[in-house]
Amino acid sequence: MRTNDVILQTVSKIVFFIIILFSIHLFFAGHYNPGGGFIGGLLTSGAIVLLLLAYDIKTVAKGFPINYITLIGIGLLFAVGTSAGALLFNVPFLTHAYDYFYLPLLGKTSLHTAVLFDTGVYLVVIGVTMTIIQTIGESE
Amino acid sequence: MLELVMKISLICLTLSMLGLVYRLIKGPTVPDRVVALDAIGINLVAIIAIISMLLNTNAFLDVILLMGILAFIGTVAFAKFLEKGEIIENDRNQ
Repeated sequence: MRTNDVILQTVSKIVFFIIILFSIHLFFAGHYNPGGGFIGGLLTSGAIVLLLLAYDIKTVAKGFPINYITLIGIGLLFAVGTSAGALLFNVPFLTHAYDYFYLPLLGKTSLHTAVLFDTGVYLVVIGVTMTIIQTIGESE
Repeated sequence: MLELVMKISLICLTLSMLGLVYRLIKGPTVPDRVVALDAIGINLVAIIAIISMLLNTNAFLDVILLMGILAFIGTVAFAKFLEKGEIIENDRNQ
């Protein structure tokens, strides 16, 4: 008998966006509050895992045509790039810079290059988690 | 006064958690244990909320939402395993 999980699919469609928004909030809160790239990436992959639970690997792969192994490479490039970018300004490796900018909509904001490093961490965590889960899920 | 109330409610939550742990260990069927585990997660959310009130900080508010999401995903995964035998399907139309 084929089961019909319409409640699970409808709920996870809605909850997916709430989890994604919460993970983005955690990612950007990382500098001043608890949070950061690691927990944000884990929560994003948790949202994708919820979709994997409600649907199947093929449907989710159609919705997110991302090669997660490439995502790991992009994340590592982000981390190495922002670390090595410090060498261009004659300061030691991994030196970060920040300043205050007046953005049109947000007002006075401090932009920090550590966010780019954190983006690398975020992408690598998503890539590693989803690669592990998908490889285990695909094996028969 | 409020601190006393919070401590009393912490004790009550701990007692209810002990009851849930009893169901988790004793529970005759697997669904009993899964429901107990889900309720333990929600109980933990309440304990974290009261402890963050006692410590007078709002640093744990993210943890509360996180615990709720993790309990939901974990319970869904357990339920799917119990019903279909596999957690992540390759193609559900087959």
